[in-house]
Amino acid sequence: MTVVESGRIGAGAERSAWGVVRHGLSLTPEFRTGLGLTLVLATIATCGKIIVPLAVQQTIDTGIAAGAPDLPYITRMVAVCAAAVLLTALAAYLMNVRLYKATESSLATLRVRGFRHVHDLSVLTQNTERRGALVSRVTNDIDQISTFMQWGGLMIIMAFGQLLIATVLMFVYSWQLTLLVWACFVPLMIALPRFQRWLSAAYTRVRERTGDMLAAVSESVVGAAVIRAYATERRTAERIDKAVDANKAAQVRAQTIVGFVFPLTEIVAALAITGVVVLGVRLGLGGDITAGKLVAFLFLITLFVAPMQTATEVLNEAQNAIAGWRRVLGVIDTPADVADPGDGGVELPRGPISVSFEGVEFAYPGGPPVLRGVTVAIPPRSRVAVVGETGSGKTTFAKLLTRLMDPVSGQVVVDGHDLRDIRFSSLRERIVMVPQDGFLFDGTLEENIRYGKPSATRDQITLALTELGLADWLDGLPAGLDTPVGQRGESLSAGERQLVALARAYLADPDLLLLDEATSAVDPATEVRLARALEGVTRGRTAVTIAHRLSTAENADEILVFDGGRLVQRGPHAELVREPGVYADLHASWISAARA
Amino acid sequence: MLRVANKVTSAVMRQGLRVLGVAIRTEKVVFTFAVLASAVYGGMTVASAWALGWATENVVLPAFDRGQVASGTLWTGVLLIMGTALLKALGVAGRRILAGLMQYRMQARSRRDVTKQYLRLPLAWHHRHPTGQLLSNASSDAEAAWGPLAPLPMAVGVVVMLFTAAIGILLTDLMLALVGFLIFPAIALLNLVYQRRLSPLATRAQQLRAEVSEIAHESFDGALVVKTLGREERETDRFRRRAHELRDANIAVGRVRGLFDPMLEALPTLGVLAVLAVGALRMSTGSIDSGQLVQIAYLFTLLSFPIRALGWVLAELPRSVVGWSRVQAVLEAEGSMTYGEAAPRADGPASLEVKDVSYAYGDAEVLHDVTFDVPAGRTVALVGPTGSGKSTLVQLLARLVDPGSGQIRLDGVDLRDLPYGAVARSVALVPQQTFLFDDTVRGNIALDLPVTDERVWEALRVAQADGFVARLGDGLGTRVGERGATLSGGQRQRLALARAVVREPRLLLLDDATSSVDPQVEARILYGLRDRAEASTVVVVAYRMATIALADEVVFLDRGRITDRGTHEELLDRCPGYRDLVTAYEREELERSALDADADPDADPDADPGTGLEEEEVSA
Repeated sequence: MTVVESGRIGAGAERSAWGVVRHGLSLTPEFRTGLGLTLVLATIATCGKIIVPLAVQQTIDTGIAAGAPDLPYITRMVAVCAAAVLLTALAAYLMNVRLYKATESSLATLRVRGFRHVHDLSVLTQNTERRGALVSRVTNDIDQISTFMQWGGLMIIMAFGQLLIATVLMFVYSWQLTLLVWACFVPLMIALPRFQRWLSAAYTRVRERTGDMLAAVSESVVGAAVIRAYATERRTAERIDKAVDANKAAQVRAQTIVGFVFPLTEIVAALAITGVVVLGVRLGLGGDITAGKLVAFLFLITLFVAPMQTATEVLNEAQNAIAGWRRVLGVIDTPADVADPGDGGVELPRGPISVSFEGVEFAYPGGPPVLRGVTVAIPPRSRVAVVGETGSGKTTFAKLLTRLMDPVSGQVVVDGHDLRDIRFSSLRERIVMVPQDGFLFDGTLEENIRYGKPSATRDQITLALTELGLADWLDGLPAGLDTPVGQRGESLSAGERQLVALARAYLADPDLLLLDEATSAVDPATEVRLARALEGVTRGRTAVTIAHRLSTAENADEILVFDGGRLVQRGPHAELVREPGVYADLHASWISAARA
Repeated sequence: MLRVANKVTSAVMRQGLRVLGVAIRTEKVVFTFAVLASAVYGGMTVASAWALGWATENVVLPAFDRGQVASGTLWTGVLLIMGTALLKALGVAGRRILAGLMQYRMQARSRRDVTKQYLRLPLAWHHRHPTGQLLSNASSDAEAAWGPLAPLPMAVGVVVMLFTAAIGILLTDLMLALVGFLIFPAIALLNLVYQRRLSPLATRAQQLRAEVSEIAHESFDGALVVKTLGREERETDRFRRRAHELRDANIAVGRVRGLFDPMLEALPTLGVLAVLAVGALRMSTGSIDSGQLVQIAYLFTLLSFPIRALGWVLAELPRSVVGWSRVQAVLEAEGSMTYGEAAPRADGPASLEVKDVSYAYGDAEVLHDVTFDVPAGRTVALVGPTGSGKSTLVQLLARLVDPGSGQIRLDGVDLRDLPYGAVARSVALVPQQTFLFDDTVRGNIALDLPVTDERVWEALRVAQADGFVARLGDGLGTRVGERGATLSGGQRQRLALARAVVREPRLLLLDDATSSVDPQVEARILYGLRDRAEASTVVVVAYRMATIALADEVVFLDRGRITDRGTHEELLDRCPGYRDLVTAYEREELERSALDADADPDADPDADPGTGLEEEEVSA
């Protein structure tokens, strides 16, 4: 007996930060191509920063210190510098455009890849994570990486370049003053990671509080009816106010940390400047340095300010980006546990389908078995009903039959092939399940039904509805097929959503149709009409119905009765109802409920 | 829906300034101090250049010229530089913290006000507005409205800074001032052009980001449908198209940023170079000294960045105006329920009278002249096909909405004459769509009713929910999570039912409240309710016979009209619509067994020779 992997979506925690970056880059070739030239351009752009200090030094030393300014020299020098400024600006422009193109292209690829992979994960794996968190792995997390690559990451490179070039120039002017400047800034550099941790904790808190706030606010809208019915406006308002205020407090706190950390650099820079003046003057007295070089130092110090001021934000972003990257890669690296055999798989020819379960067992990861030793054959073109109480295993049976999950042991065989060997494209075309919750996409009725068969014409859609006996219902809708269904289909009633979901599946024209309590919210008269219509249109196909009312079962060729994860009885209604057992009991309670 | 005016037009500017005005009036004190701090910052930025210039002229150059420096002068220079830096740092800290405080306070205020409105406005108003829109009004719109407040004090500080700098430069040298007057407006103008070009592109990227997220949300929500129909590739295509649009939009933003950012960086540098060239000329004529030259060059270096804050405020204004007007639309929404002061009866089952009630959603009237009554202690089943107006009627009975015309009386008193809270104390509604708060099981059931745990358990027992609640990790203390996602539909419905039962309501309204519950479990719930039904009058919307059987009387609703009422037997006898609906299952069974009896000898569709052959081919 093989054990199903726990099937959680990876947090990507097993990789180091550097490992995440390397793995992430290996998945995005668009980013790496041409990176060299981009870096060269970045270097040129960075060199632009020292033009001003250089020019100031030249002006003072060559131009002024000589007594009278050497005007032609200064003019020449300024012209050369101006040309250099324009050149570096051009380099910066080219670098920016290349960087944006490379990062956006590579991240779009990663985004789409992540999205696709979420759909390739099994239902079980998908359900281990909240929808919002899953969405964020292909949206916010990717955005975070992109912001970092385009701003923070670039800033780190430029800042290093800037500090390096400034330091080299300073060293050329005076090694003593260079040491002094570094002595001033090093303690700040050492402290920065600590500030970043504070800031990061503060921002994490803001994010959490924002989540709470949004959840609280949404209650006032989504729960509008219940809040009024139970007159809990005041209680709800208090909860919202608390969440809003907690969010505000967290924001103010984070801002306060930024507010204190940010100007520290100014003070350190002022210290460095006074140090340079005091020490520089002493050095100057000894003839080790010129006035122009000393003044140039004052300008060079300003090059230290911006990198330091943005360092905490940049470090914070770097951390977020790596965390985001981790989460995106976590999804992509999560193995698709119910995998498509792909091109090597079996292609099923069209035609009636037979299914057999051979010693099938299933248990959710870490849970007790929910389906035990199920062996049953469903011949082609038969109409099978599955009954049992909640938790008896009937929905699990349906999920295994449609390969939403794989059995822990045993096998499900369709037309002589293990379900796991059949290509998804073929399987999904031939076996279609209609789940209980009629999920619809935001769009019109027509678009939603066409989802079952993208090539269907409007006439075919109308015909499908007519064949299902839903023409009257369609006529009663204000805009007919053009009726918008709203988000998740919420503009329609639960029963109507189920009708659309059924029509969608019917239009897909499968050879095996599996209905999982697919008409539970429909009114009885419509449901009966629908059942009868379905009987007609599924003639010649295999139909499996998870029944929520026993009258459905009574019409089936065969009934499978589940109890406690086992298939306990099977046979036609007339037979089962006569033998004492689970079915007879279910039937008795159904009858008493229906005719009480 | 997310259309955003993104051009910085003069009308938008005026409106934007008005919005800023509102914030300034509301947060006078904080704003005043933020501006003061910012002015200190602005003034000190200019002063620090002056300090440096002074130090150059009086400390550095004399030292090199004369080979010595008076220690008094040296320390004055040190004090000047350190003093201005410290004051500047304080200014920066104060400005940042206070601007944040102002922004976040305004944001929180808008959020509280907007949600208070949501709670105050009648349900009919909610029906007219999409959920998504209301949520974004309270979150992103409230945020956008006050977005410019963050850079606002800095912008004011920059104005101070520019003013001081202008005077300073003017006093130093006219020629250099001329350079300044060319460069600084050029930077400000370039930044304005930049923001105007960027703003629509950034808005578009923002919009696409929301759309990409929406697609992902919807697609993952419908993952089961995608899977069961094998539409993964199609969904990926849909997502890819939008993701690529977003990529292109981001690259477009990048192009503009990539162009303007280096220009904004180059311009002040060119300014400094111009200062050096012009300054050298002026020095040769003796108009300025080298200290002044250094001071002005340094000033240019310092000013080039903060001057952009003016552009940030302007860039945020269009978004702010849109956010603000959306928030205002909610705050100015009219209409609320009115309440009277009639005293409701305190105990015993309530009697209910519905008289000539009509109700319309917009132009579509869904209930027409509905009249019926429910004597105290009786149970009435409201039966009708899908879309006949049952849920609307139930909402009227709980006074979630008021009728367009007609009256609903509880114990003879019009619901509108009862004080706030009185209806909720007497009437408990279990709606079709279950809603659970992000709270514990207990919190969801008790809400603000002071009840003991025993009574909560008792209600859970009636709702057949005691079993699974006992099995939850923390029992009554278990949190039910995002939209109650940790529970099944049937379990959620049973908690909602317990919420009503625990209140021992005088009128209990059940709107198809057990649709997701197993029939067997439903039967047990209904027996439990019947046992305590004497305490309540009950109106129950139902299709199932078991539920209808509980009722003393049936009211049949068809297309918004009551077409018949009476006992189940009476309606069965004389109301064809009702008969059709409630006996659908039975008739089906009867017809079928009759059919089976007729056709039994030769009827087996599978024995059809044609299809039989097909089957053999398949298995061969």
